[in-house]
Amino acid sequence: MKFDTPATTNPIDQLKIIGHPTDRIDGPLKTTGSAPYAYERHDVVANQAYGVILGSAIAKGRIAAMDLAAAKAAPGVLAIVTAANAGPIAKAKSHTAKMLAGPDIQHYDQAIAIVVAETFEQARDGAKLIRVDYERAKGRFDLDAEMKAAPPKGDEESGSKPIERIGDFDGAFHAAPVKLDATYSTPAHSHAMMEPHATIAAWEGDTLTLWTSNQMIAWAVRDVSQTLMIPKEKIRIVSPYIGGGFGSKLWIRSDAIMAALAAKAAGRPVKVALARPQIANNTTHRPATIQRIRLGAAKDGKLTAIGHESWSGNLPQGGPETATAQTKLLYAGANRLTATRLAVLDLPEGNAMRAPGEASGLMALEIAMDEMAEKLGMDPIAFRIANDTQEDPNKPGRTFSYRNLIGCLQTGAEKFGWDKRQAKPASVRDGRWLVGMGVAAAFRNNMLTKSAARVRLSAKGIVTVETDMTDIGTGTYTIIAQTAAETMGIPLDHVVVSLGDSRFPVSAGSGGQWGANNSTAGVYAACMKLRETVAVKLGFNSADAVFSDGKVGTGNRHVSLASAAKDGEIVAEDAIEYGSLDKTYQQSTFGGHFVEVGVDAYTGQIRIRRMLAVCSAGRILNPKSARSQVIGAMTMGAGAALMEELAVDTRFGFFVNHDLAGYEVPVHGDIPHQEVIFLDETDPISSPMKAKGVGELGICGVAAAVANAIYNATGVRVRDYPITLDKHLEKLPAVA
Amino acid sequence: MKPFTYERAASPAKAAAAALATPNAKFIAGGTNLLDLMKLQIEAPAHLIDVNGLGLDRIERTDAGLRIGALVRNTDLAADMIVRRDYAVLSRALLAGASGQLRNKATTAGNLLQRTRCPYFYDTAQACNKRQPGSGCAAIGGVSRQLAVIGTSDACIATHPSDMAVAMRLLDASVETVTADGKTRAIPMVDFHRLPAATPHIETALAPGEFITAVTLPKPLGGKHGYWKVRDRNSYAFALISVATVIQPDGTGRVAVGGVAHKPWRIEAAEAELPKGAKAVTAHLLAGAKPSRDNAFKIPLVERTLAGVLAEARTA
Repeated sequence: MKFDTPATTNPIDQLKIIGHPTDRIDGPLKTTGSAPYAYERHDVVANQAYGVILGSAIAKGRIAAMDLAAAKAAPGVLAIVTAANAGPIAKAKSHTAKMLAGPDIQHYDQAIAIVVAETFEQARDGAKLIRVDYERAKGRFDLDAEMKAAPPKGDEESGSKPIERIGDFDGAFHAAPVKLDATYSTPAHSHAMMEPHATIAAWEGDTLTLWTSNQMIAWAVRDVSQTLMIPKEKIRIVSPYIGGGFGSKLWIRSDAIMAALAAKAAGRPVKVALARPQIANNTTHRPATIQRIRLGAAKDGKLTAIGHESWSGNLPQGGPETATAQTKLLYAGANRLTATRLAVLDLPEGNAMRAPGEASGLMALEIAMDEMAEKLGMDPIAFRIANDTQEDPNKPGRTFSYRNLIGCLQTGAEKFGWDKRQAKPASVRDGRWLVGMGVAAAFRNNMLTKSAARVRLSAKGIVTVETDMTDIGTGTYTIIAQTAAETMGIPLDHVVVSLGDSRFPVSAGSGGQWGANNSTAGVYAACMKLRETVAVKLGFNSADAVFSDGKVGTGNRHVSLASAAKDGEIVAEDAIEYGSLDKTYQQSTFGGHFVEVGVDAYTGQIRIRRMLAVCSAGRILNPKSARSQVIGAMTMGAGAALMEELAVDTRFGFFVNHDLAGYEVPVHGDIPHQEVIFLDETDPISSPMKAKGVGELGICGVAAAVANAIYNATGVRVRDYPITLDKHLEKLPAVA
Repeated sequence: MKPFTYERAASPAKAAAAALATPNAKFIAGGTNLLDLMKLQIEAPAHLIDVNGLGLDRIERTDAGLRIGALVRNTDLAADMIVRRDYAVLSRALLAGASGQLRNKATTAGNLLQRTRCPYFYDTAQACNKRQPGSGCAAIGGVSRQLAVIGTSDACIATHPSDMAVAMRLLDASVETVTADGKTRAIPMVDFHRLPAATPHIETALAPGEFITAVTLPKPLGGKHGYWKVRDRNSYAFALISVATVIQPDGTGRVAVGGVAHKPWRIEAAEAELPKGAKAVTAHLLAGAKPSRDNAFKIPLVERTLAGVLAEARTA
């Protein structure tokens, strides 16, 4: 199905099932512990052995010698794979560093061996018995030190140029009567998802099956093919349940590659999970940034100059964190400068984490907007509204498909009680707590990408959906079932959804908050094709046939949907494919985050008291799962604001706090009260679903709203995340 | 994890004898720290002596005060009515630690014996004198925000992570033990944990095989009890610093601090400054501190937190 003109009224608009806060259809499996996650697929193949990956103890240099003798002799050890005996393997294009290193080491904890044994404990003990002599080389680990040498670098994937200028930024900034020039920093973040990367690998002849945990099945097939240099047709990826990804599972990682190599070497299936301490340094992370923002405005609060420059680091061949992405689109202003610069760092691979670009960028930009509002003597909401734009500032005349940032901010202000905020910082006290409120805008683009599905109608009237789409905890199973049920006119429990298998048609996958809109649109396309076949089969004109209550009909003739398949299953397959609507229009999602914090006047401890997000994100397919997405993202944003930081040892080049005791993420005690409001809207330019993404919008701007609330509480501005108490303690009012 | 053998001890003295006789043996009680460390091979005991069945799980009022069995779980101790009434600082410290699930398993003696949470101790690719004596200390000059500011040495800047131990130190608890030859002794809390000096791997005054049977508390002190634990996360996080106090109506009292040293930190002489306020007490208590750039904030943080506890004691 080609989608190249805005959607008109279609079966989804019935909203009999779509748009309802349906419980997750996979909920019972998950709450009873019976959803099959990768490492627990004991049933799929017999005789599974255990693999444990050994990571490099140095960040840069080479392996001088490896002594495997003790490990080989250890009880239960079946095989050991290193770069020396793995046979030829390549680096997939989408990997920045190799999945199996040796003799050269590119980063700390990079996989250098896997030990396979009869039991997990034997494999783990075996891995510890490998003796490695390293030759350390000098590495570059400190972004502060390397930023001066960082050349401009754009992002190949999104096509963003390294430096973009519109108008005369320098002149306008110089001439502006009110200006801000401030530098902000964000640390590296770990995805810290619940389920570590895990894979069971089995070979059958030259065919490889990986039961794994992965967000993008087709990418996984491609990258395994490139790495192991085997044809894609010889690879099957199965990933029906995923315990969180947040971007860390967009690409297959060492667990999958090493499991495949180990299974080959051991001659039997091998299961591998990364241990929690390996997640930080063996896998990817959100790169740290340093961001300089310059804003110039007229006295009436209209921005005349917007400058945003970001520095990040990555391994050679890695990309930059595109922290300036939202700045190109969020506010009006005739003179603009955005630039991304990339330093070489020999830390582990930096890559996408929930709302790559915007999450980091808004952490800085939305503090800058708060600072600028104060300089102008304006309310921060009024200041943002004054600078709203209904067209792409880069391309005058190119409008947003739908944009209601102002509605988000105004609705939020009303619901949150913004009128009670004291503009003068440090003026509200509640016992020992200094209390403040903060706001930030949220912005994240809506990306359109082809997505296919196959649907099967059985003689019992059951519709089975098959697509390689993944559910990373987001609720995909449920919204796909809702889509199929709505389109086919059947109850939700007449739909079976099968996901995450490379034997199914290729979907959009889960990432970039593109999953919900695109994958359901693909299912809609397949269902519309099924409707045509069914109508023809039952002797209806397909354009007129109404699908409702399990029946198909026109006028006075109605027959059961199931009857169409009485002679055999009917199968239809289609994809949603997009024209140029995302070129003609800028498609984005918007929001407003509101936060109230208390800061302990004695200890400086910061505690969030309440949070509100108002989202403008097209049709909300399932308000319950969408709300879960947003509150999860708000929680992650709170973590980014207050505690999350992969601390770099700049001498040895690694993330030191590589477990969940050291890398703190929020717990219930940190998040007392959250509320989410979705503005009631549709975006017909987005897809037949008229929906957009929310999963990343929810994190965008949260940390800045927290930061601004802290400033409002204390009068101390911290521009260096996370905002931990040590960064403002000594500037707080004295205590007796 | 390395393979290990296992036995259930029949009595405290037999547990101690077995520990002395078996090379590389460890007692296991709740296992909330030891098992994690075994998985990482930071601890690799060849033999585990399970001491859970020894009947040491009672809290008894005595003429001298309170006797807490070594195997009393943190949850039970925190909830005990006598503890809550007469030793409230202990109850509060316990509840500030770990999580509900961990407190259900963790024991009184095990809590005292938990190992540091220094991230370099936890990474076996890094030098650590505590984990591998003589290998050096990667934490010095490294990421040290959580680490010690006082009583450190050139060999180690780790902290003791316990909250309970800070309260025990404040209350002048005593650790009762039995050795392999059946002899018992009582080790005052002040002497129980050691500073790292040149041997940070030796963390307590316990002799090889020596087994903790109980922790005793002297008679209640009265006064107002406070335990403030300061951390980035509101729950389930180790302290940046913690301050335990008992403040009497006349303004005198006791102060112990956690998260700053290799042991719960209390300088009795500093307590004489209490009537003068937090600044004076902290100046004495942390005199000679040698913080890193990362953790220098702990010193003003102790002062401000103590000010908060004292204000609470005045008004509550």
